Amino acid sequence: MLKGKIREKAMSRQRKAPPGVDPNLLLNDAAKLMPARSRRLFLRGIVSVGALAALTGCDIIDGDTSESALRVISNFNDWVQARLFNPHTLAPTYSESDVTRPFRFNAYYSEDEAPDIDGSTYKLEIGGLVDNKKPWTLAELYKLPEVSQITRLVCVEGWSAIGSWQGVRLSDFLKLIGADTRAKYVWFQCAEGYSNTIDMPTALHPQTQLTLKFDHKILPTAYGYPIRIRIPTKLGFKNPKYVTAMWVQNNDAGGYWENQGYNWFSGL
Amino acid sequence: MSSEAATTPMAPDSAAPSAAVIHPAWVRVTHWINALAVLMMIGSGWQVYDASPLFDFTFPPQIALGNWLAGALLWHFAAMWLLVVNGLVYLSLGIATGRFRKKLFPIRPREVMRDLSAALRGKLSHEDLSVYNAVQKLLYAGVLLAGIVIVLSGLSIWKPVQFWWLTDFFGGYNTARYVHFAAMTSIVAFLSVHIVLALIVPQSLRAMIFGR
Repeated sequence: MLKGKIREKAMSRQRKAPPGVDPNLLLNDAAKLMPARSRRLFLRGIVSVGALAALTGCDIIDGDTSESALRVISNFNDWVQARLFNPHTLAPTYSESDVTRPFRFNAYYSEDEAPDIDGSTYKLEIGGLVDNKKPWTLAELYKLPEVSQITRLVCVEGWSAIGSWQGVRLSDFLKLIGADTRAKYVWFQCAEGYSNTIDMPTALHPQTQLTLKFDHKILPTAYGYPIRIRIPTKLGFKNPKYVTAMWVQNNDAGGYWENQGYNWFSGL
Repeated sequence: MSSEAATTPMAPDSAAPSAAVIHPAWVRVTHWINALAVLMMIGSGWQVYDASPLFDFTFPPQIALGNWLAGALLWHFAAMWLLVVNGLVYLSLGIATGRFRKKLFPIRPREVMRDLSAALRGKLSHEDLSVYNAVQKLLYAGVLLAGIVIVLSGLSIWKPVQFWWLTDFFGGYNTARYVHFAAMTSIVAFLSVHIVLALIVPQSLRAMIFGR
């Protein structure tokens, strides 16, 4: 059941892959980066469960039992974290001199493989439960009122770095496009095939930012040009870079790492 | 309890076995649940550590739990519930029944030195398992403290925004990671002594399983 759901998510991710990106190549590349067992689990999610069960016999059942038991607890932890999340608690902020320089590039691919986006033709697609679905050019986005924050980015691996981000407060932007903020989720699609879903309370948190600049300069490619969603109340992998589309919706579309077993809420 | 038994020689038969109980059932049950939870927490914690090591070494994946970071995190954040709920039951009962006060305190430095030197010369008696020597008292109280520190520092790393004051208490996010690691190290050090001694004095292992 669970695997089926994940397969659906993987498929929907493939359908939405941007032009010029071969989803199969992307999957192969991503799979190579994982250790053998997780690669197997990941591929199991793509291959038909029935066919695979016939091939591997009991092994898949044993693996699935502990895996799905742990995922049930992880879902419970999502619920706990949503309740622990206080919409008024702000992430600690730091001073200019605390900023980590150079700030680290981080992704499941190397820096020279990061998507190279042409800002002159780029448009942020808007969809789902919003009144105005007009796509946004960068020139239009740069004109919106700017907020700034110096906060700590905490990676799921354990390391952290302090960065200085500028952009539009996401809650302001959601208001501007007439988003239905009673919807449960906001889903982000990224140029390289990455995707991420966040809960609406986090999307409306005052520090959640549609980030256009790092250190008061236009976001460099390494940090997510042209748009990163900066969420200081969530782990780094819930801060998608190279964002090309944003959907307000009631179904959880999962995310690149979440679908592989990382905790969905991943709140700080 | 043993002194009570000694002063009532005419006690009915049913009172005799209960007088000999060294570890009541709640101690034994919480001890073994804790043992399981601690093993899962340490094993998965080592795998998590390897994703971003604090020092110049990593733990061999063969002795870590979870295969990769996501798997280890699933284990870590599942076993934490077992550790914390069981730990709270143990601490509450330990305080409420007076067991901690009776068994672990007072800890006198002079007695610790005396018993430590006796232990190192192999002359420390384990005749009466219901009474802890001063070194045992110090180690058991110390590992309780390490357990509290590891849970609180872990909470401060897990939720450095919601519990920012706790993270501040541990010296900020980065320092809290070192505190969490140091608490793990002290627990592992305790376990290596604890397990070796339990095997050298097997009647203590028996007492923790059957109560006497």
